[in-house]
Parts: sequence; C-alpha cells; structure tokens
Amino acid sequence: MKKQIAIEVKNLFFKYDKEYILEDINLKIYENEYIAIIGPNGGGKTTFLKLLLGLLTPTKGSIKVYDKPPSRYKTSIGYLPQRVNFNLDMPISVKDIVLQGRLNSKKLFYEKEDYKKCDQILEKLDLKDLKERKISQLSGGQRQKILLARALVSEPKILILDEPTASIDIKGQKEIYKILKELELTKIVVSHDIKILFEGIDRVAYINRKLFMHENPNFGLKPAEGHFCEMELFDYLRKNSDV
Amino acid sequence: MFETLTLFENSIVAVLLLCVAVSIIGSLMLINRYGYIAASIAHGSYGGIGLALYFGFSILLGTTLFAIFLALLLAIITYKNPQRKDTLIGVIWAVGMSIGIVFVDLTPGYNANLMSFLFGDILMVPKEDLVFMGVVDTLLIIFVVFFYNRLLAIAYDRDFAYLRGINVKFFHFLTLFLIALTVVMSIRSVGLILIIALFSIPPFIAERFTNSLKSMILLSGILCLIFCFTGLYLSYILNISATAAIILVSAVAFSISFIKAKR
Repeated sequence: MKKQIAIEVKNLFFKYDKEYILEDINLKIYENEYIAIIGPNGGGKTTFLKLLLGLLTPTKGSIKVYDKPPSRYKTSIGYLPQRVNFNLDMPISVKDIVLQGRLNSKKLFYEKEDYKKCDQILEKLDLKDLKERKISQLSGGQRQKILLARALVSEPKILILDEPTASIDIKGQKEIYKILKELELTKIVVSHDIKILFEGIDRVAYINRKLFMHENPNFGLKPAEGHFCEMELFDYLRKNSDV
Repeated sequence: MFETLTLFENSIVAVLLLCVAVSIIGSLMLINRYGYIAASIAHGSYGGIGLALYFGFSILLGTTLFAIFLALLLAIITYKNPQRKDTLIGVIWAVGMSIGIVFVDLTPGYNANLMSFLFGDILMVPKEDLVFMGVVDTLLIIFVVFFYNRLLAIAYDRDFAYLRGINVKFFHFLTLFLIALTVVMSIRSVGLILIIALFSIPPFIAERFTNSLKSMILLSGILCLIFCFTGLYLSYILNISATAAIILVSAVAFSISFIKAKR
C-alpha cells in the first residue's frame, strides 16, 4: 500500500538578511514516520522546524502539510518549543498551560471535553499530581513533560519537537524517548543529543544549511556503541552525505 | 450618575474605578513585559495635553487621541521590530513629552501647571473623568472576561498561541490600545509620572502570591485599594500630597514583599 505523504518540502531556500540559512531542501515525510533531525548548532535545524510550522515564510520553494500550506494546517500540529524555561514568574498552573493545547480561534471558553482531555493526558504522562502547581515550582524535566502534554492534548496528526531532552537529566531523557516511541503519529524531532538515533526512529536528516536524509538511522551501529562523539558522527555524516 | 457626588465622594469613586483598571491592565502589562511600552505611552501622551491647550480643545480628547496614536505606533514597532524596540520606545517617550512642552510654551498667556499633569490629584477628579473611567473599566472587564484564555496563552507562549489559530497581532494591538485608554483615564488622578508605579507595584506583589491570572488580577485590585485608601488617610492626617502618599505606601509594601521573597 502506498504511504500517504504528511509533509512535502520542495526546493526550499531561507535567508536572514543576505545570508542563506537553508539551501535547496527537498524532503518527503510519510504519515506515522518518526524522523530525527540532527546537525551542528547554527546549521538551521530550528529554522527548518519554524518553516514547517508556518512561523517563518520560505524565501523560495514550498512546504505542503497534507497538501496545504503550513499556516492552514497549523492547528493539527503539536509543537514542543526548544525553550521551556520562559516566563517562570508568570502565575500560571500546569492545568492552564496544558489547556492551551485545546484553544482554537472559534471558541472563547473551554468546554467539558477540553477539561476531560486535559485530565487524560496528564494521567497518561504521570503528571496528574502536578495539575494545580505553579510552573515555577517544577523541575526542568517536569516542565518539558508539561509542554509535551500541551502539544499532545490537541490530538495532533503531526508532532514537532525542538530539543525535547535539552537540559534535563538522563532519567528524564529516557522517559521522554519512551513516551515518544509509543506515540502513533508522525513525529519530527530536532535534537543535538545523538542518543535519539537509537530510540526507534525511522530515518535521520542531517541539516547543515543543506539537508541530507539517511535511511539507516543508526548507521549500522549497535546501541551499545552509541557513545561515539558527536563530532565524529558529524564528520561521518558530512563524508557520507550525498552533497 | 456622578452629578450629586461631593469632592470627597468623587475621589472614593475615582479610587475604585482606578483600581479596577490598575488590576487588569497592570497584570497584563506585567505578564507580557509591557512595562516600558506603557511608560512610553504615559509620558509621550503629554504631547496630547500640549496640543489640546494650544489648539483649544478638550484636554481629555487631546490626550486620548494622542495616546491612542502612540499606542498604535508602538504596537507596529514592537511587533515588527522586537530587537530594536527599546531604543524606539525611548525615542517615542522623549519626542511625545517634548511636543507637549513645546506646545505648552507656545500657548499664549497660558501658565500651565505641569506638576498637575505629572503628579495628578486624586481629590480633584472632575465628573467627566469619572464617566470616562467607568467606560474604560467596562471595556477592560469585557476584554479580560471574554478573551481570558487567549490573553493567557499569548502572554505565556506567543508562538504556540499563533499555532492554535489565535490572532496574536490583533490582541497585541488591542492590548496596547487599552493601555493607552487606561493611561489617559488615570492622568488626572495619579498623574503621568506615577501611573507606572501604581500599575506595576500591586500586580508585581500579586504575581508572587498567586498561581493564576484571575487571582493575580483580583489580588492586585485589593492591594491597589489598600494602598490608595491608606495613602488618602495619611495625606489627610499629615497634610501631604495624596498621590505621593499612595505611591509611598505602595513602595513600602513593594519593599516588604521583595525582602520577603529574597528570604
């Protein structure tokens, strides 16, 4: 059976001022695929995600999400931003943050169904006890999980995560990877943490201004050998990418 | 509605109406980090006072129109050019005030008491201002009740709110427009200079002791009432300026909350 294309990127270019951040990106992501995007800092990973989300507009080329421009499909995409420690002084509870995932342009007030979905996702991610807690009272890992709950509560068809394991401890990282592995939807994860290559992903994209897609996500390495250094991997990718 | 009130009763009503606005707009200002923008509108709106005096129309009308103009200008600048916004906000602040000073100087035979606009007088709020304050308060209550979830989402994570289909740009403009109206309605009671202090201190204290925007707004309103009535009482027994007394009471509470938080 032919797999449905969830995201199609064609001849995409993006520049800030006069400098190109991304050049000639071509990519097809199929429904229910789990894609990791890795690459060096400043290589354009987060910019690429923001283009997929419609937060930035391409300089040239096109992006289609289920045949629509991202701006028309954005409410069906769940998003976990890179920065999770923002606005910590703000008086906002876990429940209020997760409910934001149920917002849309048509309704002014949350409905019973929204509260029910919120409770369900908090239960699923083992966060129910934190429901009424203020965001500033939580650890980095807990905040990360809460923003993941906010991304999932809308029941998205596509989940886009920017550095979901950044600045959290090993236990928290394992927990996030386990949750992601179990989710049945299209997942795109940007990560500087190459351990993700051993966490059940289908394909890996290496972005450093250009994008190189690798079909074999862990390059034939066994998980036990997954401690190789990031620079070595990037060297390997650079040499083995179809430039 | 306000025709039969005495001067003292006027000031009580003015305090109540002021505290409603302070609690709503002050809280929104704080969670959106709009303090500097609001200060710019407050000080820049002195240009409207100068223009109204020079061209001979109502000061309330002149200040309102000028403050709205500045708010829209600031909304465009801060939305399109967030990296350079501090400099541009500062320019608008200074230019607005300078326009006011120049036109007051050019007004023939007018010996403007600048201090009355800078520091206000809560005991001398005219009845037309009370009506205006009532209208602004009504708009603010409608705004925050109906758009509460949107306002909270935008303040917490603007990109995520956009992805949920919320018109972030519209709410940015609308919030600054309402800040402008609130600044104008407060000028005669607390004055240009002290508006920001009263808009910042009660919400700042409330933010530390609450875990929702609703409770922050409510606690800010209660604190504002306590500061204002304590300040009014002190001004009466010590025979000092009511506005300055209110701000000093707020400042003492601010210091106590700050020290308490540090511990």
